[in-house]
Amino acid sequence: MSTQSIPPSTRAVRAIEQASIAPAPSPLKVVLRVASTVWSNGKARIGIIILGLFILIAVFAPLIAPYGARQNGFDRSADASAAHWLGTTAAGEDVLSQLIWGSQISIFVGLVAGLLSTVIAVLVGLSWGYVRGFGADVINFIVNLFLVIPGLPLMIVIAAYLSGGGIGMIIVVVVITGWAWGARVLRSQTQSLRSRDFVTAAVFSGERPFRIVFREILPNMTSLIVGNFFGAATAAILAEAGLEYLGLGDTTVVSWGTMLFWAQNSNALLTGQWALLFAPGLCIALLATSLTLINFGVDGISNPRLREGKQR
Amino acid sequence: MTSVTIAPGSAESTAAPAGAPVASGRGRALGYIARKAGLLLLTLWAAITLNFILPRLMPGSPADAALAKLAQNGPVSEATKSAIEAQLGVPTGNILEQYVAYLHQVVTLDFGVSYTFYPQSVSELVSTALPYTLVLVGVVTIIAFVLGTLLGVLAAWKRGTWLDTLPTLAGSFASAFPYFWTALLLLFFAGYVGRLFPTSGAYGPTATPEFTIGFLGDAIYHAALPALTILITSLGGWILGMRNTMISTIGDDYVTFAEANGLKPRTVALRYAARNAILPNLTSFGLALGGVVGGSILVERVFGYPGIGYLLFNAVTNQDYPLMQALFLMITVSVLIANFLVDILYGVLDPRTRR
Repeated sequence: MSTQSIPPSTRAVRAIEQASIAPAPSPLKVVLRVASTVWSNGKARIGIIILGLFILIAVFAPLIAPYGARQNGFDRSADASAAHWLGTTAAGEDVLSQLIWGSQISIFVGLVAGLLSTVIAVLVGLSWGYVRGFGADVINFIVNLFLVIPGLPLMIVIAAYLSGGGIGMIIVVVVITGWAWGARVLRSQTQSLRSRDFVTAAVFSGERPFRIVFREILPNMTSLIVGNFFGAATAAILAEAGLEYLGLGDTTVVSWGTMLFWAQNSNALLTGQWALLFAPGLCIALLATSLTLINFGVDGISNPRLREGKQR
Repeated sequence: MTSVTIAPGSAESTAAPAGAPVASGRGRALGYIARKAGLLLLTLWAAITLNFILPRLMPGSPADAALAKLAQNGPVSEATKSAIEAQLGVPTGNILEQYVAYLHQVVTLDFGVSYTFYPQSVSELVSTALPYTLVLVGVVTIIAFVLGTLLGVLAAWKRGTWLDTLPTLAGSFASAFPYFWTALLLLFFAGYVGRLFPTSGAYGPTATPEFTIGFLGDAIYHAALPALTILITSLGGWILGMRNTMISTIGDDYVTFAEANGLKPRTVALRYAARNAILPNLTSFGLALGGVVGGSILVERVFGYPGIGYLLFNAVTNQDYPLMQALFLMITVSVLIANFLVDILYGVLDPRTRR
């Protein structure tokens, strides 16, 4: 259907509609607007700075780390010294270097798994909110099934069947168990937005459902989607650390989770290696906290329209 | 203009969901329960089937790995072999027959023999571990819910004061902390450095499980650190949940009306605002109670506490598939049933949900 065939009245409706939905859907503009809104929040700014530091450390790990991640041969279970600021592991590796290299895994898993869960949540949540009838019931059943099955046991069981899968396996497991909550939140928002005038206008101007959902409704949920991403990334980082602490990932990979796994399994508790125990957990907590802090600012992205929607 | 496709469901079709007959109050309540029960059965079936499909979707054959592992313990009888193949799937077998055999096992609660703790049966292991988890996680969940909800009421009522900001801030950060790390730190400082509490197990090496004051005291002493960890890490969620819903009910007209009528602030807070705000927290509480059966895997692992979570951890690390399948099924089913009960309770407490 070409533009010419649309009657003038419809074009007028579209003009009004486009004027009433704030941003032109240029991705760059949206990103910039989102970033500046988030930055203007004090808590979020602290979060962004912490996250930025961790990303810098992860990217420049080869330059910053004094030794290789698995480089051993130093004194075993040594206390902190000038050569090894945080001491060494029971296998004679430098704790600080492992900590620096380990940041790569946590950030990578958090970003990738968070992104994948969010994409699935958006696809499922928005279509689910828009369709009615049998299709909606089927999606409802599947999402509820994933919501109600306890996440950690499911993750552990899948990880056990996929034993020895490494980082990719962990991402898959985290995404399988992590998308459903976001889908449910986005669905209820879609349901509340779909009865708005601008959606009705789009329907009557003959737009296809796909376009209505992803071009008309979706931009109005930016804050929810961004918030969902940071929430999912936080959950992914914690889940990854938990699974690796249990020894379910690839224990030869150096990450914060595996550091804690080796710390407990090499009796760092008995030898009093508190830095080995303390540092990786603190890093996980800081990284996860930074994402939580950023989410405080994300709430502010929501335009007044969306706030109305939330109250309904 | 070409065909204007009105997407399924224009404004008119929004009302009246399908299958909501106009009926008397009791009829509607029964219909609500029947609908929820039907959903429960369907979900149970889906969860049981998922448990059947998972090992068969995975690369390799868990059954072969399991048989190889079992063979280390001695000769494997034909009956055991076919039982394992029924549970875990053999590439050559007829999938439908396997499914029927598996369903039979589930219905008769016969999950066979554990590989790791051979020759103990899965049911024996589960019934030994279950009481520890139920008492530890159950008691702590109840304490956390009651305490957290009360603190949440207080935070919402005294909004803006330190009673609000402190728990809210602590609550939001606690959710970003890896709780097994909190457990590790407690274990290290209170267990190893301070030597205040035992570092692992559910009772001392000389004690035998029995109902005496001495043993119970010993058990509580051993459960203290895990209990503290679960309490610290779960309290924030209850506070935040209660606070956030209560803040929105405080804004409602009926609360303002009650205040304007000169009721005591305490009455308004507890009997008007909190009473309506507690529903979402109650839902989470029901689910948390269902989750008690699953224990707290990471915390039980850190403290070597012999509950269901630790058993699942052992099953997974030793690739003890029968034990793992049985535990996962049990954990899921109890959450599903809890979910169902919460739905029913919700219908009783909030008539609006029984459409």
